[in-house]
Amino acid sequence: MTEHRNVLILGSGPAGLTAAVYTARAQLEPLVLEGEPSSTSDQPGGQLMLTTEVENFPGFPTGVTGPELMASMREQALRFGAELVTAKASAVDFSARPFKIFVGDGEPAYTADAVIVATGARSLMLGLDGEDRLLGYGVSTCATCDGFFFRGQEIAVVGGGDSALEEAMFLTRFASTVHLIVRRDQLRASKIMQDRALSNEKITVHWNTQVAAIHGDEKLASLTLLDTVTGEERGLSATGLFVAIGHVPNTSIFEGQLSLHENGYIAMGEGSRTSVEGVFACGDVQDHVYRQAITSAGSGCMAAIDAERFLESTGH
Amino acid sequence: MSEHVMQLSDSTFDEQIGSASGAVVVDFWAEWCGPCKQIAPILDEIALENPGLTVAKLNIDDNFEVTRRYGVMSIPSLIVFKDGVEVDRIVGAKPKGALVESLSKYL
Repeated sequence: MTEHRNVLILGSGPAGLTAAVYTARAQLEPLVLEGEPSSTSDQPGGQLMLTTEVENFPGFPTGVTGPELMASMREQALRFGAELVTAKASAVDFSARPFKIFVGDGEPAYTADAVIVATGARSLMLGLDGEDRLLGYGVSTCATCDGFFFRGQEIAVVGGGDSALEEAMFLTRFASTVHLIVRRDQLRASKIMQDRALSNEKITVHWNTQVAAIHGDEKLASLTLLDTVTGEERGLSATGLFVAIGHVPNTSIFEGQLSLHENGYIAMGEGSRTSVEGVFACGDVQDHVYRQAITSAGSGCMAAIDAERFLESTGH
Repeated sequence: MSEHVMQLSDSTFDEQIGSASGAVVVDFWAEWCGPCKQIAPILDEIALENPGLTVAKLNIDDNFEVTRRYGVMSIPSLIVFKDGVEVDRIVGAKPKGALVESLSKYL
């Protein structure tokens, strides 16, 4: 059975849930396909589900944890009548209105007059041999899930941005030493995060360094590091490896349906408009520049208002 | 928390796992683990829908002895036991369909 909706929202991070709050308050009875459980950031609630303290979301002077913030947003969307379904779209057909959204094989699960795409982005992995095999056995996509198991051990965090530094600092609660592997001779992270990380005694920074190989039979034992200036390789014993080198947008189901940039992010028109009239996008799936919870939420609001006006103009 | 799910601890683990008939799937979890919370209701449903399978939970914060014995390094980890012996392991949160498929041979 195919169910028809005014507005269908794909994704349930800050962008998707803000769009849900606004479209629900506008009496559009939105349905949110919130995603499926996973230990990566591609899950209901999005990337914030794998973070700890969020200190820069306005309105929370003493901070709030990522999962708490997302639980509150979810509750707020439900309060105004948004319907949330724990499922992931497997394919979309935006070639004609109403748009078709598939979940699994067979008939489309939904048709919708307007679609708001908020599927977000997920963390990039290194792509090294053995990385998949050792996932859950030293290689981790979730510092908040797995940090606990590295008490008193030497571990490595790869990356030089805010996410990498946040993970590195969180992991100093458990690890004896956190080796921060940075490709360049400087960090991309914000000044406040740099100051905190560089003054943390448990963090050892390896500048101009990449991970060339990972080793371990049943669990991770060591890394081969490559000095990007001299080309020399050296070993580092580490029982844990946490990767925070950047993100890739969750846009594979929109290939051939929406205009995408070369890097996979959705190409945007005015406001939250995509290349297809009636399909709007918000959050990290269309933003590789700001990538903040608050900018995501703001763009979710824009998409909701644009969708509402679009539906009005088509006679809803 | 569902009454269909068995609660385990360091002190009762061996007895409860050893005396269970059929397969037991043990969810190693903790309060602070987001993905663990997402699969908890799914495991409740699986327990309810499959009376032949015993679903059990072990809080790793309170029960580190068993956690260490099985070398758990990532949660959620689901370990399947038969006659007290580990026969399978699923690491990381997964959608219900994927969990049911992985567990189907024990149902």
